[in-house]
Amino acid sequence: MTTELNYPDISDWDVDDGTRRQIEGMIEAEKRALEAQRAELEDCECKEGMFPNPQPTRRSFFLATAAAAAAAGTLPQLARAEAPAGAIEFPVPEDPTKVQGRLTNDDGGYGTRSQFETEARWRFGTATKESSWTMTPLASGLGIITPSGLHFERHHGGIPTINPANHSLIVHGMCDKPKKYTMADLKRFPSVSRTMFIECSGNGLTEFKQPTLKTVQGTHGLTSTSEWTGVPLSTILSEVGIKDGAAWILAEGADAAVMTRSVPMDKAWSDAIIAYGQNGEALRPEQGYPLRLLLPGYEGNTHIKWLRRLEISDKPFMTREETSKYTDLLADGKARQFSMTMEAKSVITFPSGDMKLPGPGFYEITGLAWSGRGAIRDVEVTVDGGKTWNLASLQGPVLPICHTRFRFPWVWDGKPALIACRCSDETGYVQPTIADITAVRGLNSVYHLNGIMAWAIGADGSVTNAAHQV
Amino acid sequence: MLKKRSTPQVFLALLAGVSIVAVSALGNDARADELGFGTTPTKEEIAKIDIDAMPDGRGLPEGSGTVAKGKEVFAEKCAACHGENLEGIKEAGGDKLIGGRGTLNTAKPVKTIESYWPYASTVFDYVKRAMPFNEPGSLTDEEIYSVTAYILNRANIIKEDEVMNAETLPKVEMPNKDGFIPDPRPDVRHYR
Repeated sequence: MTTELNYPDISDWDVDDGTRRQIEGMIEAEKRALEAQRAELEDCECKEGMFPNPQPTRRSFFLATAAAAAAAGTLPQLARAEAPAGAIEFPVPEDPTKVQGRLTNDDGGYGTRSQFETEARWRFGTATKESSWTMTPLASGLGIITPSGLHFERHHGGIPTINPANHSLIVHGMCDKPKKYTMADLKRFPSVSRTMFIECSGNGLTEFKQPTLKTVQGTHGLTSTSEWTGVPLSTILSEVGIKDGAAWILAEGADAAVMTRSVPMDKAWSDAIIAYGQNGEALRPEQGYPLRLLLPGYEGNTHIKWLRRLEISDKPFMTREETSKYTDLLADGKARQFSMTMEAKSVITFPSGDMKLPGPGFYEITGLAWSGRGAIRDVEVTVDGGKTWNLASLQGPVLPICHTRFRFPWVWDGKPALIACRCSDETGYVQPTIADITAVRGLNSVYHLNGIMAWAIGADGSVTNAAHQV
Repeated sequence: MLKKRSTPQVFLALLAGVSIVAVSALGNDARADELGFGTTPTKEEIAKIDIDAMPDGRGLPEGSGTVAKGKEVFAEKCAACHGENLEGIKEAGGDKLIGGRGTLNTAKPVKTIESYWPYASTVFDYVKRAMPFNEPGSLTDEEIYSVTAYILNRANIIKEDEVMNAETLPKVEMPNKDGFIPDPRPDVRHYR
């Protein structure tokens, strides 16, 4: 039996059409994913478990079929067709100590995840699949690193396929020596690695007015952390020689949207990186292969992927993305522009929306905190709807501008509870409530929502979105 | 000024932990602190991808376009997604392009080129780099000037006989040109 998924009716909400479309799309994406999960969970005892995505029974049924197919010598095609994304399906022996396992390096030399792991990004339901986004499954995330294959995405013209041998970066404009760099040229420069988050400034756009989506993947899944490697942009600026009066740099991608953003020169000098590496290997294609810009702490849209050009200028270029999009419309009709920094934010990922606690007892509340202004200083957790706040423990190393894992031990007494977290960063800034933010900015913005997120635990252990309640 | 080090000197300097000072691949015109990797792009190489247009007109190409020509281009290349009346077609992903003046400070703001975009150059720039969606980068500069003129005319921003080119486009005053302010955050100041 599949339980019906109820969502707020947003047809009469006071929002502009674009925002309504975005919220509808987010609901559609989450609904699609949850319905698929529920369909798989029919008749499975595991559905009473804590996580929304336990082992589907279909898989064990399928494995019996696969084993038969393997005996018949037809395994590969059949297995690969049915494996979860990023995995290969293999027959499961009754006792793995009684038969030899798979052949060493038979995967071709590049490993895949277990066939029992099904976590995946969800695609936002836009009209075109080229201009769309996907959300990271934060609920099942462990530690602070997002697997490269689960890093959230935002594309405006699809994912280009670029041969690095034919890719170059041209740096020109207000400089002494315009340069063209091949990938090989760039890799000769002294390099730097940095573990940091990237967050889309639209993360949470559905939650401005009222609780809307059910899961943390939906409400917060547009943030991810990777270890990135590349050349400090300051090195490149020194090489080309910046002329007096230069104040902005246009960064441009080689995708079908030829994505562009203007970057302030002081940011370019301070900590920007031209990255070719992610989590120990080359960038994933959907993350900008072979080259992307990284602007630590800035909204995700500025981290131009498939980077092909940097033009140095005295003024911002006022591209579509920094005028008609990614600007924060206030209640008085004025809009904030170049709101680059992602402010301190945190969210509990376990327990979180659409999970179910099997009964009273011990649970480790855990989640992520991050700030575009530096390191997280502390995270507080409330289990009584904000009456009292308790310090959570932070998992080290606590890195600046990086997801920080926090944990808080909790014994649930089986009564309804309202849990939430709030963080502060090294500047002393404390994560505000959503009401604090909308009191200043109004309800017409869809970007930069970093307010406190709460989850309600019902007496039956069900966890639901309680945004705005703390 | 030190122009070039011999190999043993560089080696010794690195051994001594001195910050990297390398031999320039470019020879005598290189600074001592320059690594000099990469090549000098030709004017043609830069021009090929230097497609941006700025509010003051820098970057706008030669040529011009008319509202009448733009109407044809729009019908052929844009209307399928943006609608015959520039009203936007949700299912196609095409934004509404005109209307919405006076709505930005209401509960239902309508953000379009007419009501929200502060610079006319952005229309040219965006169409040139990313439109039409199914064939990005396929329009000629004349077609882009024309379709820009057509949209601006339908938005009641320019007259039907106005010609758009590198001279006239930067002079177009958009209704919401003064609608943007700098980011004042942190705007919620809870500190401890």
